[in-house]
Amino acid sequence: MRKLFVASLLLLAPVLAIAAGGHGVHLEDAGIDLADRESLQRGAKYFVNYCMGCHSMQYMRYNRMGEDLGIDEVSLRQNLILDGSKPGDLMNNAMRPEDGEKWFGTAVPDLTLVTRWRSPDWVFSYLKGFYRDEARPYGVNNLVFPEVGMPHVLAPLQGLQNPVFEEKQGPGGEAIKQVVGVEPGQSGSQSAEEYDLMVRDLTNFLTYAGEPMRLERQQLGIYVLLFLGLFFILAYALKKEYWKDVH
Amino acid sequence: MSTETTASTGFVGWIDKRFPLTKVWNEHLAEYYAPKNFNFWYYFGSLALLVLVIQILTGIWLAMSYKPSAADAFASVEYIMRDVNWGWLIRYMHSTGASFFFIAVYLHMFRALMYGSYRKPRELLWIIGLIIYLAMMATAFFGYLLPWGQMSFWGAQVIVNLFAAVPGIGEELSVWVRGDYVISDATLNRFFAFHFLLPFVLAALVFLHIVALHKVGSNNPDGIEIKENKDEKGIPKDGIPFHPYYTVKDIVGIAVFLAVFSAVVFFAPDLGGLFLEAPNFQPANPLKTPEHIAPVWYFTPYYAMLRAVPPMFGSQFPGVVVMFAAILIMFLLPWLDRSPVKSVRYRGPLFKIALAVFAVSFVVLAYLGLQPASPVSTLMAQIFTVLYFAFFLLMPIYTKIDKTKPVPERVTK
Repeated sequence: MRKLFVASLLLLAPVLAIAAGGHGVHLEDAGIDLADRESLQRGAKYFVNYCMGCHSMQYMRYNRMGEDLGIDEVSLRQNLILDGSKPGDLMNNAMRPEDGEKWFGTAVPDLTLVTRWRSPDWVFSYLKGFYRDEARPYGVNNLVFPEVGMPHVLAPLQGLQNPVFEEKQGPGGEAIKQVVGVEPGQSGSQSAEEYDLMVRDLTNFLTYAGEPMRLERQQLGIYVLLFLGLFFILAYALKKEYWKDVH
Repeated sequence: MSTETTASTGFVGWIDKRFPLTKVWNEHLAEYYAPKNFNFWYYFGSLALLVLVIQILTGIWLAMSYKPSAADAFASVEYIMRDVNWGWLIRYMHSTGASFFFIAVYLHMFRALMYGSYRKPRELLWIIGLIIYLAMMATAFFGYLLPWGQMSFWGAQVIVNLFAAVPGIGEELSVWVRGDYVISDATLNRFFAFHFLLPFVLAALVFLHIVALHKVGSNNPDGIEIKENKDEKGIPKDGIPFHPYYTVKDIVGIAVFLAVFSAVVFFAPDLGGLFLEAPNFQPANPLKTPEHIAPVWYFTPYYAMLRAVPPMFGSQFPGVVVMFAAILIMFLLPWLDRSPVKSVRYRGPLFKIALAVFAVSFVVLAYLGLQPASPVSTLMAQIFTVLYFAFFLLMPIYTKIDKTKPVPERVTK
């Protein structure tokens, strides 16, 4: 039987070989840390100030965010609720889907779950991936989201990067210019390090928003597993006791 | 065989005069004699039952806050995840439970293949089991639409379109299934109704499965009928009462199983996109097709077969036939097997190889069904589809000519 099992694994080998070939754009590690409350608070501030004009966070409530991030109601009202909503309200905005289609060619997506259908690394790389492209309506394109409709809202901070091209062979053998990276161009109000930090805070906050109970879930999980470990020991001892007389 | 079928005094006596409580207890637990040599593979029946109970309980609680409408479904799931007390736990248990139900059932079925548990006199037991499997797949399919995410929508779109491939009536049939020309609010409503109903049908089928099991008795890793070797009291010499021996043993299995289950629920509820697919965190959008549509892993072997069959006369119908045939052919298993022995332990190399090839084919097809189709993967899916069917179709031949070992009189350790 054991030999057969090994043989079965060998049969699987060609399939595993196909699986190993990766593809797609390279994403940078966002290095998120959901336990870093200050980072999350900064991220919430950036989100409300820079993103929320267009992007809603319609499944998240202001007061839930306040509770989880350690922001009291007074500063919640002063700093994070900009449209007069109540603390118990969902984080909606005044943007209508039709407006998005008119202005950006597509409805502006809600960002509550963006890190779950993309990934934290994707969001981080996306926010760092804008580059100058005069052919686009808003003069920018993106490394991880080609032909993106969104303007580079954070350009005043990051500045505007220039694309790095590489000559590649097209499908018909013709030479095509392909964007393979970016280099610093026009500078913004922040240094590269400051911008990285800011974008990381923002990604961290969006990751929190995608699953606000994540830390609670992991904490509870440890207790549950400890209990089950204990339960296993008792159950096993009971089984052994009963089975003593089975020969 | 049994000595006492009723208690005559006390509360239980009162009940027993009106309902066969002691009789049922004895027949199915305290005096149901199961072979004493059950191994690891025999845990998955009781574990599947445990998951069914988890699914029904968490499902009822989810239904208390879920809204089956196209406008509200997605938001109501997020409401459960965020605003309902312990809603996230109930939801993750339910979504993880769906996958673990299939894991348990697939291992349970593989056990039957290994030890010949589908053979005479257990043909009906096997068939009821397959009906349970079909009902489970239907339940899972209906349930997957309910979160109303992108993959819910497009997955259902792909599967319902399979009905449209039926010659002649297909187009109307698919409209009849959906209740609309596209997957819509009407579809979601009826899928919710079925998703709520089917688990109770499933519970009834499980009851029949157990009734059939207790009529013929459990098989065992040696494939020996323990009822053929009884002591003077009429008790099988290799049998032990299910309760307490297997109840306490199954509790150990449950502890281990729940630990694995909890590890997923608490530390990786989406299991890298395998249990909860990433596109399903976006609300359904009928105007935007996802780049790559794949069903959840437990359906992908059949999905790979569907894609492996090239369209004929511009119709996908042959693929649909192959896909359903892959499931229906299992019903014939008890009559395809011509071996004089039941268990793999006493079978020859041909059956062992066939079983290994079958298991590998199933896993490979499951993997291929998750991947975007490419010429290489399609070719591999075709090869493994053929191997899958060869396991069944060639079975009358290889089980007949295979060498077998002598089966012992009594069960071994």
